Amino acid sequence: MQFNSLVISNVELSPGYWRMRMTAPPPITGSKPGQFLMIKVNGGSDPLLRRPFGIFDTGAMVTEFTDCGSQSYLEILYKVVGKGTAMLAALHNGDRLDILGPLGRGFTPGDPAGEKILVGGGIGLAPLYFLARELVTGSRVRLFAGGRSREDILCITEFERLGVESYVATDDGTLGDRGFVTQVLERHLATAHNATLFACGPMPMLKATAEVARRHNVPCQVSLEAYMACGMGACLGCVVKGKDHGDNHPDYRCVCKDGPVFDHCELLWEKGEGGHS
Amino acid sequence: MKPNCSVDIGGISLKNPVMTASGTFGYGQEFADYLDLNSLGGIITKGLSLKPRAGNPTPRIVETCGGMLNAIGLQNVGVDEFIARKVPFYRTIDTTVIANFFGTTIEEYAELARRLDAIPEVAGLEVNISCPNVKQGGIVFGTDPAAAFAVVEAVREMTIKPVIVKLSPNVTDIVAMARACVEAGADALSVINTITGMAIDLKSRRPVLANITGGLSGPAIKPIALRMVWQVAQAVEVPVIGIGGIMTATDALEFLLAGATAVQVGTASFLDPGAAGRIVREIEQYLVSEGIGDVTELIGALKV
Ligand SMILES: Cc1cc2nc3c(=O)[nH]c(=O)nc-3n(C[C@H](O)[C@H](O)[C@H](O)COP(=O)(O)OP(=O)(O)OC[C@H]3O[C@@H](n4cnc5c(N)ncnc54)[C@H](O)[C@@H]3O)c2cc1C
Ligand SMILES: Cc1cc2nc3c(=O)[nH]c(=O)nc-3n(C[C@H](O)[C@H](O)[C@H](O)COP(=O)(O)O)c2cc1C
Repeated sequence: MQFNSLVISNVELSPGYWRMRMTAPPPITGSKPGQFLMIKVNGGSDPLLRRPFGIFDTGAMVTEFTDCGSQSYLEILYKVVGKGTAMLAALHNGDRLDILGPLGRGFTPGDPAGEKILVGGGIGLAPLYFLARELVTGSRVRLFAGGRSREDILCITEFERLGVESYVATDDGTLGDRGFVTQVLERHLATAHNATLFACGPMPMLKATAEVARRHNVPCQVSLEAYMACGMGACLGCVVKGKDHGDNHPDYRCVCKDGPVFDHCELLWEKGEGGHS
Repeated sequence: MKPNCSVDIGGISLKNPVMTASGTFGYGQEFADYLDLNSLGGIITKGLSLKPRAGNPTPRIVETCGGMLNAIGLQNVGVDEFIARKVPFYRTIDTTVIANFFGTTIEEYAELARRLDAIPEVAGLEVNISCPNVKQGGIVFGTDPAAAFAVVEAVREMTIKPVIVKLSPNVTDIVAMARACVEAGADALSVINTITGMAIDLKSRRPVLANITGGLSGPAIKPIALRMVWQVAQAVEVPVIGIGGIMTATDALEFLLAGATAVQVGTASFLDPGAAGRIVREIEQYLVSEGIGDVTELIGALKV
């Protein structure tokens, strides 16, 4: 759907990281964790294209914008990295946004009996929180969160409030263990039973997580990012290589429409720096 | 009274002058949730080739000031899959569908025209000549009048459907290209395809697109497109379809004044999937508010 939205609140959580709550029509509460939105950050043509953001949360509340009853809302968690996100950070209560969504395929929760393991890096924690909220109703959920430094580890208390047990690792050791979160994950998997991995974060982390999943033979879903213009499978700008890709038999998947969440087995994980193209 | 919005493109009668541009609207079905497809003047399909095409490596797109560069590399399902999987949907809608296609040899263009000629759901063919000729050192058909003539002539022989040729703006003399295509039998001309450009990342000192260069589209190219439509419309007798940076009805109507009989909305559908439908409504409102009874009164009505 396409809808106009009003900003309810817009707060800086940690330097450069913001959490925005905005009004949305009631069907938004039926969004699946992992689905995303395409947001037009201003009315003009600069920037021209919409910006994609994962859904951090949805709900309903009483707001000043509603005369009676409750107003459904959605939240995003975003990092200021350029022009569009800087414009978002400058918005205030009552400002307008034009939003498309929910778009794409979200996470598949699977059998509730097993242990659910979330692996997130930096802003990648955003869709995992929404997922955790759904998973905790029936399963044991653990979070492995990684980032460069303590400022990059967001919303851990929110996860813990849901009853999610969390492990943190940072590159510089300013929070949790020093090192990569996938190393801690690997140690945990050695003793875990019937685990499923759900990962969102920078590509090197996703790659390492997929590799761990392959070695331990556990199911793993990854949520990818890519440059995209439309968010609905028309521009073919955001493709990634699928497992059957070869020069003579193309297998390209759209991150926006076939993803952003993929089973790691569905993708072609290429070796080398930066990697996935 | 409701004004007349219908226009004629080389024998195809369109409900209104607003179509969706190739490569920016999928095969149409993708947008059905966002606008009434039946309200459109026409849908131009994603560019089709004889065999499925993988397209280019990523990054394939980048936003630029007032526009975007793309180097998708003409990824598409191929004509067989199109006929088997996409065409049946067109029986469920009441909108003119025009198939856009391209080849890398004249024989491929001819074969595609022959295949598409047999599809009753396809009202006309739009030939994308902005492609390199693999048999002649990769020279782009659409930048050489003789090569363009040869392609259009070969296509013309294979079909009785209206043939629309989509011109490349990456030429010194757009009028010479237009004349060559009309001489070879084109029933209409689409003006313009994307303009070759590039973007560079200072930090990494690399081109942003994996393909190095890409095609510029969006509001940034509108002045160039308007100029080319104006030049071509003066020079040829066949209808011209204006394309390039159309975001609003005002943009579309400017193209009509410049001499276009119809327009195509491209990049605008990416930021607003309902853009083409909105432009149709806005044009109708404009005609009503200005007391214009027939949209064709505006075609080429530029005062110079
Ligand atoms: C499905 C999906 C979900 C996303 N969810 C979130 C989220 O929940 N929170 C969040 O903060 N960000 C998210 N992103 C990334 C976010 O879309 C980009 O950070 C944003 O578009 C940057 O816009 P900008 O104008 O500020 O930056 P720009 O000025 O456009 O670019 C600045 C830099 O940001 C990076 N960038 C720009 N666009 C993208 C993009 N589409 N994908 C990846 N990197 C990009 C590039 O490295 C670029 O150099 C998501 C992306 C996708 C594809
Ligand atoms: C992502 C993308 C893909 C395109 N694919 C095709 C194509 O397959 N065939 C074609 O003839 N034109 C293609 N075009 C060109 C458009 O149809 C149109 O001519 C151009 O974008 C200018 O119009 P605009 O500024 O309204 O986008 C493509 C454009 C974009 C942005």
